[in-house]
Amino acid sequence: MATIGQLATRPLKAERNGDKSPASILFLVALWVALSFAVLTLVVLLVTSFMDALPRLDGELFTNYSSQVSPETAGARAAIIGSLWVIVATAVMAIPLGIAAAIYLEEFANPLRWYNRMIEVNLQNLAAVPAIVYGMLTAGLALTIGLRRGVVLAGAIALALLILPVIIITTREALRSVPAEIRQGSLALGATPLQTVWRQTLPSAIPGIATGTILALSRALGEAAPLLLLGGLVFIRYDPNGLFSGFTTLPIQIFNWAGQPQVEFQEVAAAAIIALLGLLLLMNGLAIVIRNRYQRRW
Amino acid sequence: MTITADGGSPAVGTPRSKRGGGFDPTSLRRQSPRHGERVVMGVLIAAALLSVLVTVGIVLSLLLPAISFFREVSFGEFLFGTRWSPRFSGQESYGVLPLITGTAWTTLIALVIAIPFGLGAAIYLSEYAPSRVRKVLKPVLEVLAGIPSVVYGFFALTFVAPVILNDLLGLDVGTFSVLSAGLVLGIMIIPTVASLSEDAMSAVPDALRHGSMALGANKMRTTLRVVFPAAVSGIAASIVLALSRAVGETMIVALAAGTQARMVGGPTEVGQTMTGFIAQTATGESTPGTLSYNTLFAVGLLLFVITFVINMISIRLVRKFREAY
Amino acid sequence: MISTTTTADDAPDASTSASDSSSVAAAPRPQVGASGGTDRYLPEHPTPVIECENVDIYYGAFRAVHDVSLVYGRHEITAMIGPSGCGKSTVLRSLNRMNDLIPGARVTGKISYHGQDMYGSGVDPIEVRRRIGMVFQKPNPFPKSIYDNIAYGPRVTGMKVDSMDDLVEEALRAAALWDEVKDKLKQSAYGLSGGQQQRLCIARTIAVRPEVILMDEPCSALDPIATARIEDLMEDLRKDFTIIIVTHNMQQAARVADRTAFFTAQAAEGTGDRTGQLVEFDLTSKIFSNPADRRTEDYISGRFG
Repeated sequence: MATIGQLATRPLKAERNGDKSPASILFLVALWVALSFAVLTLVVLLVTSFMDALPRLDGELFTNYSSQVSPETAGARAAIIGSLWVIVATAVMAIPLGIAAAIYLEEFANPLRWYNRMIEVNLQNLAAVPAIVYGMLTAGLALTIGLRRGVVLAGAIALALLILPVIIITTREALRSVPAEIRQGSLALGATPLQTVWRQTLPSAIPGIATGTILALSRALGEAAPLLLLGGLVFIRYDPNGLFSGFTTLPIQIFNWAGQPQVEFQEVAAAAIIALLGLLLLMNGLAIVIRNRYQRRW
Repeated sequence: MTITADGGSPAVGTPRSKRGGGFDPTSLRRQSPRHGERVVMGVLIAAALLSVLVTVGIVLSLLLPAISFFREVSFGEFLFGTRWSPRFSGQESYGVLPLITGTAWTTLIALVIAIPFGLGAAIYLSEYAPSRVRKVLKPVLEVLAGIPSVVYGFFALTFVAPVILNDLLGLDVGTFSVLSAGLVLGIMIIPTVASLSEDAMSAVPDALRHGSMALGANKMRTTLRVVFPAAVSGIAASIVLALSRAVGETMIVALAAGTQARMVGGPTEVGQTMTGFIAQTATGESTPGTLSYNTLFAVGLLLFVITFVINMISIRLVRKFREAY
Repeated sequence: MISTTTTADDAPDASTSASDSSSVAAAPRPQVGASGGTDRYLPEHPTPVIECENVDIYYGAFRAVHDVSLVYGRHEITAMIGPSGCGKSTVLRSLNRMNDLIPGARVTGKISYHGQDMYGSGVDPIEVRRRIGMVFQKPNPFPKSIYDNIAYGPRVTGMKVDSMDDLVEEALRAAALWDEVKDKLKQSAYGLSGGQQQRLCIARTIAVRPEVILMDEPCSALDPIATARIEDLMEDLRKDFTIIIVTHNMQQAARVADRTAFFTAQAAEGTGDRTGQLVEFDLTSKIFSNPADRRTEDYISGRFG
């Protein structure tokens, strides 16, 4: 088919309706513009944030707490430590749950059964539920179980629920990419389905799972909306030190500073953005390294 | 033991019975109870069921306060009222239309940006880009998709509104407008449109392309007349999903659209979206059980219902596309 | 065979089967004739290890196989041949319940292993597969070392093994692979050639000591030289195992099999779905020299399929 196609188009190229016609060229230019717009925006965003942040890219960002009275020395110390606490707690909750659910759905659930299909559709929907709704869920949950809203654990629950569908979906994709022959080979030797998952499928899928999980966690790291529902957590002047400690995170802190009228707050917000983007870049870089180095091509 | 029973054993020299005490070489019944496996299986199923529980939890946590809300405010006033001032003591009004117009304007502007630019990028990546170029550009889109929305909000507030809209384009808009929020929202959802549409177009079999070219169509005609229609439900799904994200996005609109809830008549006006209202009210003081707290959840419920409907349409479209290929 | 404890099984089939308390009539077994290429004397009726009686296999509402009755004889190689879509692989996969893995797959009729209904209640498919191993069309070594590929089965099935090293060596020798890989046991199995990988898969199967080995077109992905090696290996393995092979290659069946079952696909009344059927089952020599059914004759003479 390919060769026939090439043979047939070659003589036509010179004609009016070939790939060199004005309409074709215009079309290609339009596509280029569309793509360049995205790339250009990214560059402008990074450059302007960096320019705004320049006066405040110093050690104080990491050592000082936020301050309402002296914005020029405000720092993101509590927010950075809070972000780390929340993200670790989120990972501890969401990763095992997500992988376990994905294993059931991909390896054991009979797709012909209505309840499994319902779980499937439900999952796709959950992945697209607005982030802020997860905050409302967590607020309601915290009220029910008597948990104080503004603590690390509450924030981690909100973010874990938010990224759970993402982890499940990417883990399933990673499991699906392990060839059926591997599973069959294991089962044919008398291994149980769970042994097969644990000793063959899961180990082979780990690079894909790790990549997807890191990307999901980086989404949680940058997300502020669900945490807004958990109470006023902005001017925290201590290091969050446990699951039941009050906290703030980098995105929340940025949101608050960005909304303040003083220029100094805008600057420190920009500096915090650079710190946040740096963290995210680190995580994304790690995900890409894992994907490129360990992902097996079957 | 019958001879049949030790059938295969001599191949490796050790008698079969060595496999363990009580091993019956021909019985097909379960030889060990494998309790551990049943426990693990239970845990896996419980984890999968948790996702259903989350949905139930979302519905309950939104519905219960919302029901309390509708005990005090009529359904008609909420859905069709044109004045939203829940905190204007003495003259409270709970017409949600201003919030809906705010959401509608920001979403509309976002789609006007995201559809052409996202689809253009997708067509280029799927049909034109050499694999080397694609290898560079796809990660760029991934990075764009990975930027936190609060960063986009800051970008709208400190750059798009003052520098682009005011200085560069000379528009008469203030710091806050649905235009600057919508523009940046559009940029945020470009990767959603681009990467899902690209997946859809890449999934179109090459045979269709070659068939078209063999009939003498050039690349542009093939793309527009063959590939695009073949992938249309997948592309539609990407747009619908992007729409859902635009409706539900909070941080950008909370920072850039403004905090005054009024009926929005044009792109340069200030407006508040549903999510913007929730964010603004939540960061203030709100005590569970009060009307102002319940108001939050009534708006949240409306938001959830709207995005739920949109998501279901998107899921349908994706299924239709998967069936085709 | 490296094993020194195989004397009992090295004896001719007829003598061992005499002491077998099987359902087959204990009538004198006339030695009918040589099977294709192997010059072995075979009883007219095989000593059954696995028996199919009126087996139908469905995928959802679609009936893939209809009314198959077959006996797979102990220490024999039984080949199942026929045009594609005739259900031979489907039947093979039902013999160790690998078709359980396909949602909607269903077996009616009776498949028995030493007289036990393989699909009866209380039967554990895991136990079925421990006794009836399988080698697949495409070599499918695990992404592990050669050593771990062999040790995997004994480990997961909880076999009590005195020395795993010895077991690995014995399995690899039995699969005629030892000399080629003994210096690289810790290397990835993916570094082996296709034929070596397939023999590794056979060694892996042998290591859990099944009674029956199912082979699903085991040579279809291999070149002629690798194919010949596998066929030689099957000849050796017959002494210790019962082998059932599906092949699309008639010459292969003629070369290695003691008995051959010929399947074909027939359009069902009304639906037009093509359902697999067993046409003829007999000694390989008979099937290839003097088939009883016209359709068999047409197929082996190349007139269709």
